[in-house]
Amino acid sequence: MASPGDATLDTSHVGKNKVPARYWLELQKEGKDEAEVGKDAEPSRKRLRRKEKKKEKMKEKKTQKAKKMKQEDTLVKQTISGKSDPFPGPAPISQDRVRKFKRKTKTKRSGSVGNKLRDVISRSEEASEMAQKQSARFDLLLPEDAGFLEGDEDEDTCTISQEDIADAVDITSGAKYFNLKLSQFGPYRVDYSKTGRHLLLGGRRGHVACVDWQSKQLMCEINVMESVNDVKWLHSEAMYAVAQKKWLYIYDTNGIELHCIRKFNDVLRMQFLPYHFLLATASATSFLQYLDVSVGKEVAAICTKTGRLDVMCQNPHNAIVHLGHHNGTVTLWSPNQKEALVKMLCHQGGVRSIAVDKTGTYMVTSGMDKKLKVFDIRTFKPLNSYFLPAGSSCLSLSQKGLLSAATGDVVQVYRDVWSTTVTKPYMAHRVRGTVWGLHFCPFEDVLGVGHGDGFTSMLVPGAGEPNFDGLDANPYRSAKQRQEWEVKALLEKIQPELISLDPHELGQVDNAAFEQRHQDRVQALGFDPLAKAKFIPKYKKKGRSSAGSVERRKKQVAHEDQRDVIRETMEDKMKIEEERRQREKKAAVLSGQKSALDRFKK
Amino acid sequence: MAKVSSKKKLSKTKAKKSSEVAGDSAVKKTEVVYDEEEEEDKEDFNENVTSEEEEEDGEDERRRQKLLEAISALGGKRKKTLGERSEAAVQLSEFSVNAEGEGDKINLSDLIGSMDKTPQVSAKTRKQLKTLQQSNRTVESPLSKQETERIQRDVAFQKAASEVTRWKSIIQQNQRAEQLVFPLNQEAPGPKPMERVVTGWKARTPLEEEIFALLSANKQPIHDPILTPQEEVSMKAMSLEEAKIRRAELQKARALQSYYEAKTRRERKIKSKKYHRVQNKAKRKDFVKQFDEMVKSDPAAALEELHKMELARMQERMSLKHQNSGKWAKSKAIMAKYDEGARKAMQQQLEVNKDLTQKLVTAVNDEEEEEEEDEGGDPEVLPDFVNDAEQGVDSSNPWMRGKLSEDPAEKETSEIVDLTAEEESADVEEEEEEEEEVKETEEEALLREFDSRRKRRQALIPVISVDDDEEEESKTAAEEEEESKTAVEEKEESKEEEESKVAAVEEEEEEEEEEEEQLSEFTNLYKEIAESRRGAEAEQAEAAAAADTETSSAQLEETLMRIRTLEDTEELLMQEESAADEAPVPPPAAENPPPASQPAGTNKKRKRGIELKQVLTKATKVIQVPLAHTVEDAEDSDDNQEQRGLIREAFAGDDVVSDFLKEKRKQEAAGKPQVVDLTLPGWGEWGGTGLKLSRRKRKKFRMKAAPPPPRKDVSLPGVIISEKRNRSITLHQVNTLPFPFETHTQFESTIRTPLGRTWNTERTVKKISKPKVVTRMGAIIEPMAREELMKDRNQATVADRNSVNSGKRKR
Repeated sequence: MASPGDATLDTSHVGKNKVPARYWLELQKEGKDEAEVGKDAEPSRKRLRRKEKKKEKMKEKKTQKAKKMKQEDTLVKQTISGKSDPFPGPAPISQDRVRKFKRKTKTKRSGSVGNKLRDVISRSEEASEMAQKQSARFDLLLPEDAGFLEGDEDEDTCTISQEDIADAVDITSGAKYFNLKLSQFGPYRVDYSKTGRHLLLGGRRGHVACVDWQSKQLMCEINVMESVNDVKWLHSEAMYAVAQKKWLYIYDTNGIELHCIRKFNDVLRMQFLPYHFLLATASATSFLQYLDVSVGKEVAAICTKTGRLDVMCQNPHNAIVHLGHHNGTVTLWSPNQKEALVKMLCHQGGVRSIAVDKTGTYMVTSGMDKKLKVFDIRTFKPLNSYFLPAGSSCLSLSQKGLLSAATGDVVQVYRDVWSTTVTKPYMAHRVRGTVWGLHFCPFEDVLGVGHGDGFTSMLVPGAGEPNFDGLDANPYRSAKQRQEWEVKALLEKIQPELISLDPHELGQVDNAAFEQRHQDRVQALGFDPLAKAKFIPKYKKKGRSSAGSVERRKKQVAHEDQRDVIRETMEDKMKIEEERRQREKKAAVLSGQKSALDRFKK
Repeated sequence: MAKVSSKKKLSKTKAKKSSEVAGDSAVKKTEVVYDEEEEEDKEDFNENVTSEEEEEDGEDERRRQKLLEAISALGGKRKKTLGERSEAAVQLSEFSVNAEGEGDKINLSDLIGSMDKTPQVSAKTRKQLKTLQQSNRTVESPLSKQETERIQRDVAFQKAASEVTRWKSIIQQNQRAEQLVFPLNQEAPGPKPMERVVTGWKARTPLEEEIFALLSANKQPIHDPILTPQEEVSMKAMSLEEAKIRRAELQKARALQSYYEAKTRRERKIKSKKYHRVQNKAKRKDFVKQFDEMVKSDPAAALEELHKMELARMQERMSLKHQNSGKWAKSKAIMAKYDEGARKAMQQQLEVNKDLTQKLVTAVNDEEEEEEEDEGGDPEVLPDFVNDAEQGVDSSNPWMRGKLSEDPAEKETSEIVDLTAEEESADVEEEEEEEEEVKETEEEALLREFDSRRKRRQALIPVISVDDDEEEESKTAAEEEEESKTAVEEKEESKEEEESKVAAVEEEEEEEEEEEEQLSEFTNLYKEIAESRRGAEAEQAEAAAAADTETSSAQLEETLMRIRTLEDTEELLMQEESAADEAPVPPPAAENPPPASQPAGTNKKRKRGIELKQVLTKATKVIQVPLAHTVEDAEDSDDNQEQRGLIREAFAGDDVVSDFLKEKRKQEAAGKPQVVDLTLPGWGEWGGTGLKLSRRKRKKFRMKAAPPPPRKDVSLPGVIISEKRNRSITLHQVNTLPFPFETHTQFESTIRTPLGRTWNTERTVKKISKPKVVTRMGAIIEPMAREELMKDRNQATVADRNSVNSGKRKR
């Protein structure tokens, strides 16, 4: 694009150099002057501050150079309005942010590749780079930041009481600290729905209640007249599962029993895998069972052969279920394998509780040996080990990585358990009875504690993820939106076969040998598709299908087959023989060449 | 003119016919023809009339002829009327040449014979004809039909092939394109530059029209042109006087140039040596004078000159030009004994050499410095410490001499700036310099401090190393003690290892405690040693400063220090470190003694690799809980030791660790491939129970499979990872590499980015899921035209060049 200034310069080749005055040229000059003033002003300030002559001189030089460059730039990039873009090019993105969205490393370019391949690779590289950059750019739209608790000088944050916090924060947040006194039906298990709006309480002595806890609206309250082992929301807040004394039941929000699943007996703990629509249950008979709630089928039933299973948690990253056992081991399970994927020895005593963080990187376990251990479950290596004077019976990890541990009737919350060695809890709170269930509320700074005397909702600043994904789990969704989401989620349901330790495994090329694959296929199909059909002799009339002739015919076919095999092998042998002969001949020819020294041989 | 017009008419009719034949597609072309001709037709209308008349006459005659022929044909008897060439006739059948003298052959000479007599024939043609007559080469018989056809086909094929190959590049390009949008030659979508939009834009609304009318009335530029017509004219125009003046100037310049050229040419041709000598001398003088001036007025140029001189000097020093070693010089040397002139010439040569190789720069530098002093009185250009640096103690290390922060390059630049600086800024600079002086002094003080510290450290370090050496060699009593202890410890450790398989938890802990005790003991010992050594160092510090050479040698020796065992050295280092750490800050160590000794223990263990027991008995951090729980039993709040005891009691029966290890071993054993036994009992040997297989048979018929790849949990003692293949996922995996890819990693990297809207922004999704071919609805996709080919070729060449450039840039 030829700028007006350039054009005039080009045409004036004779001495007389008239440049007609143009308003935009003037404007431009002013702009430049302003820019210069701005640039000059800054170094002068610096001069005052630093009082360093040489550096400043250097700087001035640089700025001069920069100015020149700028001027040239402005000359080049002029729009019709005459003003140059003050922020040319796309906005810069910080490298950290870009790195956050990195997906695997790109391969190094191997030596020589064909044109087509090069095109394909470069195009995909470009696309992935663009995706990464765009995501980083749009990360800007997640403006919320998690809060934290800060004490006064010489004040531990763990000594700040919940009442103080509730007083200090705004009314709506303050209202999130409350106690429900339910002393009649014994210790409570707790579960929040995926959006964090709904709370499910299951009392040991049969009391089940679901509450819209923010508006404190009771949705339903029933007594199942049986002991309740665990309660769990299913994919939406319309249904929940209750593990009762004998069977597993499913209720809806009105308290109506939808299903009684007799296949799932003596269930002690449950986990719901939201993207697979799988309800995983661990029973007292050491069975780990998976129920597909979208179709109502049992996907897998695995006998773990490890006794009573009352410690369970899921890895939200790869949907692997972790089970804790009395012999101090933690086992990892997927519905596709009848044996544990991994078995780790974590404690000397039995394992009391497990929790896995959102990113699937860390696992926190607590055991009967009163230790609290942090593992990196990508490498299965221990990171930290803490000694809790009283051990902890329940563990829960928040979205932001806060760890809550219950010891008796005291709930402690820890921060940065894996990156630093913690000596003191971040927060502590005493509830009225022994803690039975702990659960951090998603997208809220709230920890729900179910205990012997009811339920306590604690305020834990910095616990919840401040930015929610409206398409995934929207706390403010309407009934219509929920329906819409449900349909979409069902369409995007991940099949249980895809559960594996490494979720990226699906994107890898299976480089198993043909035989291996064939074996797999045979196992999956139950027969060998490539096997030759067995010869069944046709029935012939007039006495030709006598046992002897049938046998003869069979023999004939068998002979034919054998002959084929023999012929093939013979041909192979012949070929090999031929080759050998050829080789020998060649060698003979080579050796036959007479050298000058052959005459001395005898 | 008439003929011309008739021809046109003809063409017109032809065009008509063709238009009828060719149909719609050609309509346009013919129309164009019409348009062109119609104007001319109008002009030539009158003449056309006359020509038509003439034409009519001709037609009449033809008709008559036809009629006659028809009548003659009616007669039935075929009459042989052969037209003769005897007379000039309008109608002459070309087929009716009668050969009267049929029998006799006509020779070329017969035809040419008359040529000699006719004077009109030019000599050239005559000559040509003669040569033709003389040469009796026969024309070759034509090729057979098949052959000619084959050749024609070949040629045609080659032609067609070349035609087709021209499309190759564009086809390839289209095949490789990320997306093809049909019809192909569409305008690029997206925002167009403002100018193009404006030029294509026409005023439509009355307001716009009015504005444009105004603008055009005032001869204002409407779009892109920057100048009004007047302005343009004025720019171009030059008055007559100006033009004359300019011409005169140019003439003069040209004349002067020619004069100068002539002069120089003349001078160059002068052979007198004396003249040249004088000339050169004058030139040199002139140059020196100029240079002097230049130094004052334009120091940059002067510097350049200096550089040039320097360069000349370098060249002189490199070359043997004036060193009396050439052919000429040798001949002169022979003559020198007798010839005064020759001697002189040689002398001169040497002098020239001397002159050229002399260092000129120093004098000039002095001058410059003087000038600087005159200008600003800059005392800070070369600070004092530059001189101080030479007095530095450590001469072996060049880095320790002067100020580190001062860059030589920076200094230079500052000097240059000073040189070029104008007088205006002098006063400002002075102020700044004062400020800087203050700063500088501060800096210097700091630096001095650092320097002194560094010296002290230097004095210290080598001494330590010397001490080390001495100790290592002489083995003081303390060291011996230590070693013996370590030996004992090692023994214990080995014992531990042996027992580890069956070791109960209690024993292990006891041992650990023992270890810790020992460790603490010998850390104390070591601390003492280190302390004593430090005292010695302090004494020696002053003495060491004097003995520089010794220290340097010690430094050299340091690398040759004898290291007996890895453990030894590590311990030494660690103890030293810990001692150094603890010396300034003793209180924390007193507070909790275990952490001081524990790291040592853990370190040692790490060396041996990860141990299962270590995993379980990893250093635990006790967390203080502010609120003691009340509900559970009170015993829990007791001491750690008691708790451990309790746990041990509770789990005395089930040894968790050994169980786990057993299981792991079992798994490992199950994973190993088994030996396939193909022996047939009693085959070739005696059969029966209790008979041993012969060695030969064992060797031949028991197949050992290759060892499997190492397990994933080899280095993880506390973990068993299942080696089973996940069969369910393999059904969904890609199992053969898709076409263009050569390695798995290439393919995997191309599918690493998810495509869905859940993970990407809208723009990215659109880009990623772009269709390969896009057709506009309703648009006719025509085959590519030849013009496109040309265009694309141009583009392709440009693109190629671009790609080449980018490739270069990448490299």
